[in-house]
Amino acid sequence: MLGTIRQKAVAARSLSSQVLENDLMRLRSVASVMRHYSAGTKEMTVRDALNSALDEEMAADPSVFVMGEEVGEYQGAYKITKGLLDKYGPERVVDTPITEAGFAGIGVGSAYHGLRPVVEFMTFNFSMQAIDHIINSAAKSNYMSAGQINVPIVFRGPNGPAAGVGAQHSQCYGAWYGSVPGLKVLVPYSSEDARGLLKAAIRDPDPVVFLENELLYGESFPVSAEALNSSFCLPIGKAKIEREGKDITITAFSKMAAEILEKDGISAEVINLRSIRPLDRATINASVRKTNRLVTVEEGFPQHGIGAEICASVVEDSFGYLDAPVERIAGADVPTPYAANLERMAFPQIEDIVRAARRVCYRKSSIAASA
Amino acid sequence: MSSATFSATTAGPHLPLYTTRARSHDQNPMFDPLKKSASFLGSSTKLSFNSTTTTKLTRANSVARSPIVAVSEVKEKKSKPISNLLITKEEGLDLYEDMILGRAFEDMCAQMYYRGKMFGFVHLYNGQEAVSTGFIRLLKKEDSVVSTYRDHVHSLSKGVPARAVMSELFGKTTGCCRGQGGSMHMFSKEHNVLGGFAFIGEGIPVATGAAFSSKYRREVLGKADCDHVTCAFFGDGTANNGQFFECLNMAALWKLPIVFVVENNLWAIGMSHLRATSDPEIWKKGPAFGMPGVHVDGMDVLKVREVAKEAIDRARRGEGPTLVECETYRFRGHSLADPDELRDPAEKAHYAARDPISALKKYMFENNLASEAELKAIEKKIDEVVEDAVEFADESPHPDRSQLLENVFADPRGFGIGPDGRYRCEDPKFTQGTAHV
Repeated sequence: MLGTIRQKAVAARSLSSQVLENDLMRLRSVASVMRHYSAGTKEMTVRDALNSALDEEMAADPSVFVMGEEVGEYQGAYKITKGLLDKYGPERVVDTPITEAGFAGIGVGSAYHGLRPVVEFMTFNFSMQAIDHIINSAAKSNYMSAGQINVPIVFRGPNGPAAGVGAQHSQCYGAWYGSVPGLKVLVPYSSEDARGLLKAAIRDPDPVVFLENELLYGESFPVSAEALNSSFCLPIGKAKIEREGKDITITAFSKMAAEILEKDGISAEVINLRSIRPLDRATINASVRKTNRLVTVEEGFPQHGIGAEICASVVEDSFGYLDAPVERIAGADVPTPYAANLERMAFPQIEDIVRAARRVCYRKSSIAASA
Repeated sequence: MSSATFSATTAGPHLPLYTTRARSHDQNPMFDPLKKSASFLGSSTKLSFNSTTTTKLTRANSVARSPIVAVSEVKEKKSKPISNLLITKEEGLDLYEDMILGRAFEDMCAQMYYRGKMFGFVHLYNGQEAVSTGFIRLLKKEDSVVSTYRDHVHSLSKGVPARAVMSELFGKTTGCCRGQGGSMHMFSKEHNVLGGFAFIGEGIPVATGAAFSSKYRREVLGKADCDHVTCAFFGDGTANNGQFFECLNMAALWKLPIVFVVENNLWAIGMSHLRATSDPEIWKKGPAFGMPGVHVDGMDVLKVREVAKEAIDRARRGEGPTLVECETYRFRGHSLADPDELRDPAEKAHYAARDPISALKKYMFENNLASEAELKAIEKKIDEVVEDAVEFADESPHPDRSQLLENVFADPRGFGIGPDGRYRCEDPKFTQGTAHV
């Protein structure tokens, strides 16, 4: 987190906005405060966090196994499963042929008999080939069997855009899986999120879709001693308030949270969702009741997206508290282009969030002006 | 990796079947050029052991065993010694009872459906009983069965009580899935019936996973005697589906203890197998993936049983999967909503004459395995079982309103945190909700 703020502070200097000048002052003071804390804490990349979580869970429970393309000898397409083959052997770290539907179904079938598979999709785009199993034979089975057969499976992999990988490798599946009853959908941001949520997912008796982000794998975050403990788990369904604020609420998840922290002329309360299903409506609404404004941020397509769900939820639960309509920031409603400048425009950037935050705040003053 | 192929011998009068079937398309089905005689369809040919493709016999096949005898050949050999019979009296009665149960149950389903007690999609198994009985009666309780939407009889053969299945079909809370699954989603953890899937081909990877778990338990979890076998049942239409091939590959690759049972009833709703498949001989797909592919007459329970024994034992010994193609026929339409107009009446008549239940009955009489009275007693008993099942289902209560939100998760905290900050499932009034959750 510290590294990110420092980088963003440098970037912010190039944006000529009076709001951001305040940002900078605030950021520098925040950064200096954080420097004190960081002396005692360990830093860990998200990749190592995921790897260590898998390692510990596999050591603790022999029925946990990993299955997917390149998870074994290649050490993982993104090196998340590095070292696991050597440690646990090919029966527990299973390299599969290119058969998403087949091996996702095999994972589900073995989970029916009480094993705990962690099925890796090289990216969640490929999960579309297996979506029948994620939804029909995993998510719905506990219900269809009236509780006889639960499915303790985890489907994990990178989700959403990477960099220049084109339209078929860049979609965000949070909204798709988030709408399915019987699934739990998690979206870790920091290393602590990654560790805690993956452990919780593996221990969970229900199917979990675990959406990571490729660009975050290499990012380092401080982790507390508690998070390094092998029994560390984060509760599923609880969002985290990354930063407290009083003017607006910004909900975000995964990589987007990083961008948000930097924008701060307006005192924004940033909520890291951590869990798309179940959505922590309580935390979101409590925050909106405090700040009275909401901006939702996501990288996925706008229609029927996560922001739409949060917006509806806030309108249902906290309509009277809103001082301005909710703003949704989402990816552009286009298949992801390849050209670097177009790709940049297709996903929310800091400027978009700043603009939205301002709109949400100015609406109040513009009404007062016309009154 | 073994790649033997072996075919069951079949015999019977040749009937010009494919000329009638050919009405729906202009070309003849493609034949294996090595085969001298006509199509395997209609069990009208004698396929001998080594005549077609080159075979590598497995260790099991090279052990001498009694020849598979066609049911219709029995008539000519009245004075056979007892040791040549394929079944004992107890086994025969068990097979007979199971097939009668399947038939009577499905007939009752049709009645109940037209009376409005059963609803939605109901797919009946009439005519295919030999496959379910032939395979499943050989399985242990710990072995698993994975089926399709045509799953009532598979569940019954595996031991799920008729009452539980009937209640489930009526949508009552006493059903095997508390009324939450329905006709197409029969699950029983106790009897290891792992569904009941509506999607074609969906059960195949799930079955492969169940087989995977058996191997895993033996090799990783140290349960050295775990030799549970899984049988996956699916149709001819499914044999063209991608997931099928993915699983044939992985099952053979990892030598999983699974038997892939194709119930080739020649029709996928209204799509004839011949119109849908480039090479209609499904058993051939086995060797392409490195496992034996067997074709068997699925209207003859004894033949099915012989092949099943071999395939299941193979899997149990750890030698890997087998693909068994059972040529069978469904006497009714695809589902109770299917007017069944595309199938030729002559074809239906031909298979009706080869009813597996009558065939077994005849075999048992001819070989003095049972008397008329004993079989009648079984039929009466089954009638009572089915009547009782209907009564039970009728009198059972509908699910309570609170059941709507139950069993979505094993851990109901998955419903999330409510506005009061506590997990919603902790609120005792939570399950009173309906459409708005």
